[in-house]
Amino acid sequence: MSDAVSALNGARFTGFAQIEEASLCGMITVRGDLASAAMVKAISTELGAEMPAVNKVSFGTKGHVAWMSPDELLVVVAYEDANATCAALNTALADQHVLVVNVSDARAVFRISGDGAREVLAKLAPVDLSKDAFGTGDFRRTRLAQVAGAFWMNTDESLEIVCFRSVAQYVFDLFRVSAETGGEVGYI
Amino acid sequence: MLTLQCPYCGVHAEETELHAEGEAHLKRFGPGSSDDDFETYLFMRENPKGVHFERWRHVNGCGKFFHAARSTTTLEVFGTYPAQTYEPPQDIKDKISAKYPGWSWRDFS
Ligand SMILES: [Zn+2]
Repeated sequence: MSDAVSALNGARFTGFAQIEEASLCGMITVRGDLASAAMVKAISTELGAEMPAVNKVSFGTKGHVAWMSPDELLVVVAYEDANATCAALNTALADQHVLVVNVSDARAVFRISGDGAREVLAKLAPVDLSKDAFGTGDFRRTRLAQVAGAFWMNTDESLEIVCFRSVAQYVFDLFRVSAETGGEVGYI
Repeated sequence: MLTLQCPYCGVHAEETELHAEGEAHLKRFGPGSSDDDFETYLFMRENPKGVHFERWRHVNGCGKFFHAARSTTTLEVFGTYPAQTYEPPQDIKDKISAKYPGWSWRDFS
């Protein structure tokens, strides 16, 4: 087996907030009828999580589940658990019209933490990131400058960002420039 | 700047999160249709000064297609609604009528 490595090998930057590329992360795309009893049960059994509300991420005991669209979820688990969770979900939903695919290696994940975290992201996405509008458990699919991205806020108020692995360097560079000391806007 | 609320995820999406997808409520004419119908389906579009119905896609978001009713002159948005329909909802038509009495657009009025 080859050694799986994350897109940027854990690149880091510290400006007025801390940027880090997270290590490998397990991600599974689930498409299907989110309101069906079978889906709710599968998510609860396999992830220990509730079905997330619209534009929310639900933190479970075995992984996170994010609302991607009216018929799509993003399941986040440990990288080494992704194949097993994917298989378990497929088994649990075998008689349903669903699609469950391990997309871990198609993605890159970043974490922004520190007091200026909101501001680093707010410069790059057309999203209201003020404290009143975006908090722990909120999830949003949007764009990061010129590429698609999604993010949520963790319980420790750090921001976790997901993008395609092919644009990982571009996204890291965006964050790096946005977080440069002296670039604080101080609005949020 | 144009802001449309996506009827699927509820996000008030700013224009750069969206992609314009042309006119709404087109009726498709495919194989077996007359040349006239096929040509009209492919090429003939409304280009109104005022009330217009458009299709948009929340491309940098939930990814869904939806419809929007707005004015091309004032940029006022009368409303957005899901794409699984053949005509605009009555409350949006009422809103347009209040502003533009006697308006019409293709078969709608
Ligand atoms: Zn949407």
